[in-house]
Amino acid sequence: MKLLVTCKRVPNPEQKLKLAGGKMDLAAASWQMNTFDEYAVETALRLSEKGKGGERSGEIVVVSIGPKEASQQMRGALAMGADRGVLVIAEDAALDADAIARVLGKVVEREKPDAVILGKQTVDGDSNQVGQILAGLLGWPQATFAASIHVAADQKSAVVSREVDAGVEEKRVRLPAVLTVDLRIISKKAVRNEGLVAADAEWDETQRYASLKGIMAAKKKEIKEVTTAELGLTTLVPLMKVLGYDAPPSRKAGVRVGSVEELVAKLHNEAKVI
Amino acid sequence: MAAGTVVVFCEISGAAIRSSSLNAIAAAQALAARQGQGPGQGQGPGQGQGDAQPHAAVVAVVIGSGVGGAAARDVARYVGRVIAYDDPRLGSPLAETYAPLLAAAVKAVGGTALLGTATSTGKDVLPRAAALLGAGMASDIIRVDGPNRFRRPAYAGNVLEDVELASAIVVASVRQTAFPQAAAAATAGVVEPGTVGSVETLGSEILSLQATKSARPELGEAKVVVSGGRGMRAGENFKILEELTDLMGGALGASRAACDAGMVPNDLQVGQTGKVVAPQLYIAVAISGAIQHLAGMKGSKVIVAINKDGDAPIFQVADYGLVTTWETAIPALIAEVKKLKATSG
Repeated sequence: MKLLVTCKRVPNPEQKLKLAGGKMDLAAASWQMNTFDEYAVETALRLSEKGKGGERSGEIVVVSIGPKEASQQMRGALAMGADRGVLVIAEDAALDADAIARVLGKVVEREKPDAVILGKQTVDGDSNQVGQILAGLLGWPQATFAASIHVAADQKSAVVSREVDAGVEEKRVRLPAVLTVDLRIISKKAVRNEGLVAADAEWDETQRYASLKGIMAAKKKEIKEVTTAELGLTTLVPLMKVLGYDAPPSRKAGVRVGSVEELVAKLHNEAKVI
Repeated sequence: MAAGTVVVFCEISGAAIRSSSLNAIAAAQALAARQGQGPGQGQGPGQGQGDAQPHAAVVAVVIGSGVGGAAARDVARYVGRVIAYDDPRLGSPLAETYAPLLAAAVKAVGGTALLGTATSTGKDVLPRAAALLGAGMASDIIRVDGPNRFRRPAYAGNVLEDVELASAIVVASVRQTAFPQAAAAATAGVVEPGTVGSVETLGSEILSLQATKSARPELGEAKVVVSGGRGMRAGENFKILEELTDLMGGALGASRAACDAGMVPNDLQVGQTGKVVAPQLYIAVAISGAIQHLAGMKGSKVIVAINKDGDAPIFQVADYGLVTTWETAIPALIAEVKKLKATSG
């Protein structure tokens, strides 16, 4: 299978955000790969391996859209085991979910993958849109928020379990399709390519970390830089513009209570919630 | 912007409107007002005091199999006009089939906006519909600031973004907890069938839905939420939290750490990547309070934290903090709440 996987760089979610005068200052931010995209890379690797640590088949292409510096995070994906990268150079300010999906659509036209695998959302924008928009633009089937993906032996369809509000839904999609992955996708038996492994195949309960060997190998792998114009997108105007940022109302720490009795009394008499 | 028509995607539960869709209707009404035709700034039919059609600019769309009757009429209690796409081929909520119908509905009524609640279905379907409409979309809006301006959280709720959509049609998913529930109008609206035409599944099919069986209220709608974290150590230890939850008539939640560890199903997850809740009372048990968890519960009215680690960040947002183990606190809490119930009848 040929799989296209997204890799977005995001500010480290653990660091404190600098807000001033309605603007966000990311100049000093440290960057990392969006966690859900790491899961997407792991998913693609599992779909292409003959079991854990087994031989790989097919090709995994990592795609990122952003400044040149995003190649750093792409190297991380290549060090995990992906084969090559495509970095579409664009200003972050010109990108919203719609623009990103349009760029990805052009990359899909060129690469013709059997599936596009994305994280279900980025942990900075939190929009949770790109995969769905991409599928809509391409006219492809979609399976979002995947907790498991089983590709059929003939490689023509996949059964995806999705954790929805009502429970767990099993959805079969024809390939090529757009798949977005949720947290559970990295559990041991969540991902299986029935063309490559038996039903009992399992991996570690986490995404893999780059080995030294992987990091060395990644240095030699290709990251091809392209411009949006080269992809045939002469104008790229975001449909959503961020006008400004504000800090959310802060919550003050309340009181410590000494006992369960005191807690219940306060909840009843003071807060009046029980 | 010219006076518009706001289309709101309403989900159906049984033969009635899904409760979370009432919040989307309220948001649609707020947007309709901003677009110059709804209550408050009426210029079209529907302005004026005690008018029979107070929500003229809001059109609801329902999609499904067998939804054209009682279910659609239930939705019509809240809006002036309901378009029902009722067809046996639409029994399962497939983004592939629902998104084109939403787009068609927007075009059919000359819509300027499409809204829906950020439920699992809304999150799946709305962006795809936006793509078909060439529309910009704002996810998880918490406030309507103008005909095409919204406020929404980002960065796990650590930042609020004010966004503007530049497209002729705007799409937004609505954070349920940030809007009130729409009230029924004095007069019910009209229901009309939508033209379904060909239904293109693109080969997609829902094979099964393993429904979570629970007598408890939905997490997003419960007045009380009791959540457990990694400190619960094992799934079986959640039983005692369930007892407390049921005693208080609440819903059970969990932190991502507890879900990741496989203690409880992921649909209980409260946080940035799970559900966002804002109950009257949120009880966090053995939850440290990672940023991504706080993003899902910071809007609760009263927060109680029970954790043996007095330095846990959860205490920084808790109204009432109790530093102790859950093994000590929860049985005592159950006993105290029972006592309280007995005395207050």
